[in-house]
Amino acid sequence: MRKWIGATAAISALALVTACSSEGASDGPSDGDGGGNGETVTLEFAQWWEPELPEGVLRGLMDDFEEANPGIEVELLSGPYASTREQVVAGAASGTMSDVVGLDGAWVSDFVDQGSIADLTALMSDAGYDDGELASQVQLGGSTYMIPVVNFAYMLFTNDGLLADAGVDAAPSTRSEFEAAAIAVSESDENTSGWILPLSLETPNGIQNDVMSWAWASGGSMLTEDGAPDVNNPEVQSAVDFVVGLDEAGAIAPGAATLKEQDKVEEFSSGRVGMMISSLAHINTLRESSPDLDFSLHAVPAEDGYAGERGTPYASWGIGVAENSENKEEAWKLVEFLMSADANGELANAANAFPGNSTAVPEFVTQDEIFQSAFDVWNEGYPANEFVGLPVAEQLMRDMAEELQRVLNGDISVEDALTATQTKWESQF
Amino acid sequence: MTHPPETTEATAAAPLATAPASAGSGDGGTGDEAGPTRGRWRGRRSYRGTVAPYGFLTPTFVLLLVLMVTPIAMVIGYSFVDRVIINPNSDFVGFENYAQVLGDPVFFKAVSNTAIFAGASVIAHFVLGMGFALMLNSPMISNRLKAVYRAIYILPWLFTVAIVAVLWRMLLSPNGIVNFFVTELGFAEEEIAWLSDPSLALPAITFINIWAGYPFFMVSLLAGLQGISSELYEAARLDRAGPVKQFFNVTLPQLKPIIISMALLDFIWTTQQFALIWMTTGGGPIDATEMVSTYTYKLAFSTYDFAVASASAVIIFLLSMTLAFFYVRHQKSRD
Repeated sequence: MRKWIGATAAISALALVTACSSEGASDGPSDGDGGGNGETVTLEFAQWWEPELPEGVLRGLMDDFEEANPGIEVELLSGPYASTREQVVAGAASGTMSDVVGLDGAWVSDFVDQGSIADLTALMSDAGYDDGELASQVQLGGSTYMIPVVNFAYMLFTNDGLLADAGVDAAPSTRSEFEAAAIAVSESDENTSGWILPLSLETPNGIQNDVMSWAWASGGSMLTEDGAPDVNNPEVQSAVDFVVGLDEAGAIAPGAATLKEQDKVEEFSSGRVGMMISSLAHINTLRESSPDLDFSLHAVPAEDGYAGERGTPYASWGIGVAENSENKEEAWKLVEFLMSADANGELANAANAFPGNSTAVPEFVTQDEIFQSAFDVWNEGYPANEFVGLPVAEQLMRDMAEELQRVLNGDISVEDALTATQTKWESQF
Repeated sequence: MTHPPETTEATAAAPLATAPASAGSGDGGTGDEAGPTRGRWRGRRSYRGTVAPYGFLTPTFVLLLVLMVTPIAMVIGYSFVDRVIINPNSDFVGFENYAQVLGDPVFFKAVSNTAIFAGASVIAHFVLGMGFALMLNSPMISNRLKAVYRAIYILPWLFTVAIVAVLWRMLLSPNGIVNFFVTELGFAEEEIAWLSDPSLALPAITFINIWAGYPFFMVSLLAGLQGISSELYEAARLDRAGPVKQFFNVTLPQLKPIIISMALLDFIWTTQQFALIWMTTGGGPIDATEMVSTYTYKLAFSTYDFAVASASAVIIFLLSMTLAFFYVRHQKSRD
């Protein structure tokens, strides 16, 4: 009996100690075997990139970094985008964020508000780093918090076979040309649609990539000069009117309200959709899933008569350093390594993305005709994604998606939808 | 070999059994030399008898404290402050977060949708589960055929929610096989956007949930049916009761405890359904399939308003507690 009581008490004590010590253990990311004492420092690097890259690429880069920086080891914490996001959000809330984190521009503002990501301008200054080679930086209040490592541009993909069957000889360059082509494809076969619009509320990035891209391509903006919401301005209204007009003309694939990005790519890949606005990252997916698909890439069509520079939507694999990291100096070394011309070019090449280092030129651009044309479009325009750095960016997209769904359902007008969106956005800012 | 355990058991049982007697003997006292020694021995045994049960319960208490009481208390605490987690300097705001949730028409839409979704699911789960259970319990079907049907009918229960969501998204897509049959058989002229049409989305995901969940009822009711004494049916037949009367006067009353327990549990679980809705419609189109679970999730992980999300979670917790109260009361009345 005594043994039982003793064992029970021991288990209870162990459970209590474990419960109490677990919080202490998670106070910060891994700080290695002694950090700062000349011993090995282990950096945690949480990101969603490794599963999306060819096997071994990111680990190989980390091995190169470790070889160049004796005393620093990198532990990769990899997962799909959604779970990485939840992990990073939870880490930010509890102060247990990994030393180096993969960031989406849409998260930055909230993390800065929380004080959970470090001021990279200060780290660059401490390290004496010259940021002249960085293609872009995400800044808030004059300080950099995220550096885009590689950029995935969103462009117009056309199924040239379907377009030719519908009597469209050239890829559309203006909205009216696009509308005519989309209607022609939809009318050519009852099983095909001219364009596809994913408006799922689960992942509402269709607003950014497939709706606002029409405004940005014509030099439009959804923000005022000082960064306040201005979504019901004539430029955005013109873009949304155009999208709604396509729907009324029957040129959009059915089921938009629950379609996600992967549905868009699958529909295009299977030859049921003539055109889509999508990421360059999907080029290889399309080639692998449909080797016979005859497609090409173009700039997103602009408003008729627009002759200015076209904004090209993009999404980034961004990088930042956790404020709670005890090894910020070493963390910055990793960021600096990934932004160096060689490493950045290798990463961009593996990801089929455009590099964050302006001097890096990935091999695929010179070796592949489609990528070459995309690179030309990218260089002729300017990167445009106004959701980067906004507070609760995903919720802003969801708010607009809900209102656009009401318009497509015939409940309200475009004007009312944008006014309602503006009101919701103002409350979020 | 069996002797030591018997000894241990006797030692363990003794303090519990002798504790009152020991207290009684203390009043009279023995007056001899053995008295104080026996008293200390009895006192130790009494102390051990009082402490031992708590020792056994301590791991459970610790687990409950760490895994349930603490998180619930933290969420309740969060619901009374402003911009918790996001803002390091949160202020106490009383019931302001609750007022915000209860003043939001979308929350009531979510409660309404959840009630319809859960209510319809439970009723359909019961009807389908009972129908299939009766079939599988019928003497008119051979055992081999029953085994085949049982394997087929239980299949939906074996799929994870993610697989169910992907499967039905494909089946119900405008280009999916359901629309192929609907149009080919002439039920509709063009494809139906089952999940994208605001008027059809809620019935569609309720149907998916019914499909995924009826085997739970079926298996439980089948076990109940197999436990009903055949003598009851023989007596009913002697009283000239037909199959319908036998069902309503023998089968249903015998299964009543199982049905009530299952219905309450199913209702509680279904109100907490999140993954299926999130992966199929994301709470849309517009707010057609917004549930309390998706509403709270968006507050927490889309707007990062953990304080208001906590208030919403506490309201849902109280609603669930109401259902749990009826469940526990029903269980106690059975006992």
